[in-house]
Amino acid sequence: MNFDKELDAKGLNCPLPILRCKKALNDMTSGQILRVIATDPGSVKDFAAFAKQTGNELLTSAEAGGEYTFFIKRK
Amino acid sequence: MDDTKKLAIIATKGTLDWAYPPFILASTAAALGYETQIFFTFYGLQMLRKDLSCLKVSPLGNPGMPMKMPFGPKWFKDINWNIPNAVQSLIPGYESLATTLMKQTIKNNGVATIPELRELCQEAEVKFIACQMTVELFGFEHSDFIDGIEYGGAATFFEFAGETDICLFI
Repeated sequence: MNFDKELDAKGLNCPLPILRCKKALNDMTSGQILRVIATDPGSVKDFAAFAKQTGNELLTSAEAGGEYTFFIKRK
Repeated sequence: MDDTKKLAIIATKGTLDWAYPPFILASTAAALGYETQIFFTFYGLQMLRKDLSCLKVSPLGNPGMPMKMPFGPKWFKDINWNIPNAVQSLIPGYESLATTLMKQTIKNNGVATIPELRELCQEAEVKFIACQMTVELFGFEHSDFIDGIEYGGAATFFEFAGETDICLFI
């Protein structure tokens, strides 16, 4: 999937991946896509909850080899 | 009508471990779009000091706190050092040692530091209110604290807290 910006949140723990994601989205425009890579297992639920509450759309959420990749579309 | 969600937190603890919940919740709430305010009172004022080295963690009388080493091979890290209170209380510098080990564990786990979380809160426009009564009670000066905070009392807190969706005492 194409994306406009990438955020490397590997090694970071709650709540840093969400806070960094929010910051990254702030610098983007509506409709742009952010790819986030995290290693915190808690981030799977957290990113879904973040998307639900902020209205930014979580397009996909996937896990591979202990890394979690999220594609988020800016509201 | 203003439909922004609001969160108010009363922060009353002055230790390194208990500095986490208010700052984590406030920064996350702000990221989720909440208008957020923290009222720091009693020992919670320590979290607003310019120099945060005053924040320590004490395993003394805290049976819930695992005492594990943040270095060495896995078998060594897995050991829970169950040191009796009587021994802990007799060793000078025990708290400082425990704090140093805790800070290393925090770093090893990719958990943010308190100065970092506090700054993230401020960047996200979380409002910090220091309880003026306890500032005076403990003999603090406004110059002991970081810039960008307000000073007020219980009535100031309720002005915002009365309008909130979530209100926490920590």
